Amino acid sequence: MSSEKTRALTRRDLLIGAGAGLLLVTCGPARAKRSEGEGQVTSDYDPTSHFWGYAVDTTRCIGCNACMRACRAENDVPDGYCRTWVERYRIDERGAVDVDIAKGKKLRFTPKSGAVVKAFFVPKICNHCTKSVCTQVCPVGASYQTRDGVVLVDEKRCIGCGYCVQACPYGTRFIHPVSHVASKCTLCYHRITRGLLPACVQACPREARLFGDLNDPTSKLNTILRQRRYRLLRPELGTHPKCFYLGLGSEVI
Amino acid sequence: MDFVFPNEVNVTWSVMIVLYPYITGLVAGAFIVSSLYHLFGRDELEPVARFSLASAFVFLLFAPLPLLIHLGHPGRSFNIMVTPNFSSAMAGFGYIYTAYLILVVLEIWFVMRSDFIQRARTPGLAGFVARAVLLFDRHEDEATRRADHKMTRVLAGIGIPLACLLHGYVGFLFGSLKANPWWSTPLMLVIFIFSAIVSGISVLIFHYFVVSWINRWKVDQACVRSLGRYLWGFMILAVSLELLELMSIAYKQTEEWEVLSELIGHRLFFSYGVLQFLIFSLIPFILLGINALVRIRDKIANAMIWTAATMLLGQVLLMRWNVVIGGQLLSKSMRGFTSYFPGIWEKEGLVTAAVVFTLPFLILYLFHRIIPLFPTVDGRAGEQRGA
Repeated sequence: MSSEKTRALTRRDLLIGAGAGLLLVTCGPARAKRSEGEGQVTSDYDPTSHFWGYAVDTTRCIGCNACMRACRAENDVPDGYCRTWVERYRIDERGAVDVDIAKGKKLRFTPKSGAVVKAFFVPKICNHCTKSVCTQVCPVGASYQTRDGVVLVDEKRCIGCGYCVQACPYGTRFIHPVSHVASKCTLCYHRITRGLLPACVQACPREARLFGDLNDPTSKLNTILRQRRYRLLRPELGTHPKCFYLGLGSEVI
Repeated sequence: MDFVFPNEVNVTWSVMIVLYPYITGLVAGAFIVSSLYHLFGRDELEPVARFSLASAFVFLLFAPLPLLIHLGHPGRSFNIMVTPNFSSAMAGFGYIYTAYLILVVLEIWFVMRSDFIQRARTPGLAGFVARAVLLFDRHEDEATRRADHKMTRVLAGIGIPLACLLHGYVGFLFGSLKANPWWSTPLMLVIFIFSAIVSGISVLIFHYFVVSWINRWKVDQACVRSLGRYLWGFMILAVSLELLELMSIAYKQTEEWEVLSELIGHRLFFSYGVLQFLIFSLIPFILLGINALVRIRDKIANAMIWTAATMLLGQVLLMRWNVVIGGQLLSKSMRGFTSYFPGIWEKEGLVTAAVVFTLPFLILYLFHRIIPLFPTVDGRAGEQRGA
């Protein structure tokens, strides 16, 4: 009888132990340390004193794709994917909209024939949303927003589930075919934290891309946003994008 | 209508992510059938009650496998539980899955304790496994049986909301993504729960008939007729909800409908319109309807129920395909569509998918070798072996 009792207690102990273990896993999730901006920030850079924003003046873009080339030269962008791209819009007499982007290694638009009544270019980039869906849905917190307002991916934590890719309304994310983690525009965080411009902004010959500090009321970006009318992409989704489009046509989504 | 954002040319979520909600749906559905017997006293379901619980268990074991195959870094998958981001719906997976797995294991343990005790008396590996499962305690009397039965009812009671949570959560993963008009609907969660129940009942009917035919057993007529009626009811709910959702967005004629009508009318016309609704929903609806409303001969009724169940298994798989892949064909540019066909031998190809889907059936067979899952004709469990 006593041996039976001992056995029963052992089983109970085991179940209690299993339950306690589960409780521990459930209630004690650890917070992993995350380096500010891929650990590339210099010591004299203060992320709390900036809030970076971006503007695109679509009336100035000439579709040269220097920005795309600069991005590829500066960052690890695999073939077939883009961290930034330029859309060409061609609208004919009947109002039909034709959109395409530059293709091939040289990143040039394919010449097209046919009557066009309106045409323009729209550079696209990660909107670094204030209420970014991608960071909301990342199950492990690998996608995150820095204190200076840049949305980044911690490649060492990303599990490559692709949920953020699905959640981004702007199609700016992708799973890197080699590293198998989410990849996207970083606003060239390694450059901007050293006082440099993002590569695409630096390369633009027409100043169609503007980068600046939304915290600084005297910044060129803030001045332009006060003077000009602008649109956001898909504002109805409540993501509060920080990429402001000047002179954007209603055809653009 | 031909511009796709450059990063959307390749579909991110493959056929593995089609399998994942399919398999979890089978789990939830099979569990609910077992609870109909254990909790709601539907005694006519006794012949499949143990089998349904075991089915829920083995499918649950394999539910994370397609996810692990899909993940870019499966080695980091445990981070979902260790360092979760609580604002993410996906972060709930580890907790919900683990809680449900524990519940199903415990319920199986309490339901089948007597059988394991019987099995533990036999020599060999199966006997040792049974003894290990019993934690080497083979004591049994009237009091332990009563306690086991009580625990079974409690666990079945907790299990129903948990099963709905497990699968409703999968629906929520899709339904909460506001960027995708094909997914973004609160109804997605409810549709997923009902389609899960449909697939769960279907797989039980399918499997019960196949095992009975192989072993030349006579199926329990009251049981299959009852399952057929439940299947009819749940499929009506599931299909109606899907059609209501479709009608609602079509009638509202919003901006999204322009592109969704193109998706439904052209890109998914065959897999969604023709296969999922016209063939794999309408025919089972008619077959099960006749079975439920008209008294027909057993042999014909059985053929109709089995055909309907098999087709509904296909219907739910088609539904998962049309949701998961369909939603990704549509570019967020709202101006074009990409295309997808899984490779055959690729890591996330059709062969892998077939293997992932076959494995639970093999484990179920092994389970049956240790503890027989079907009762004999006279109602006593554990007499028939060798399915």
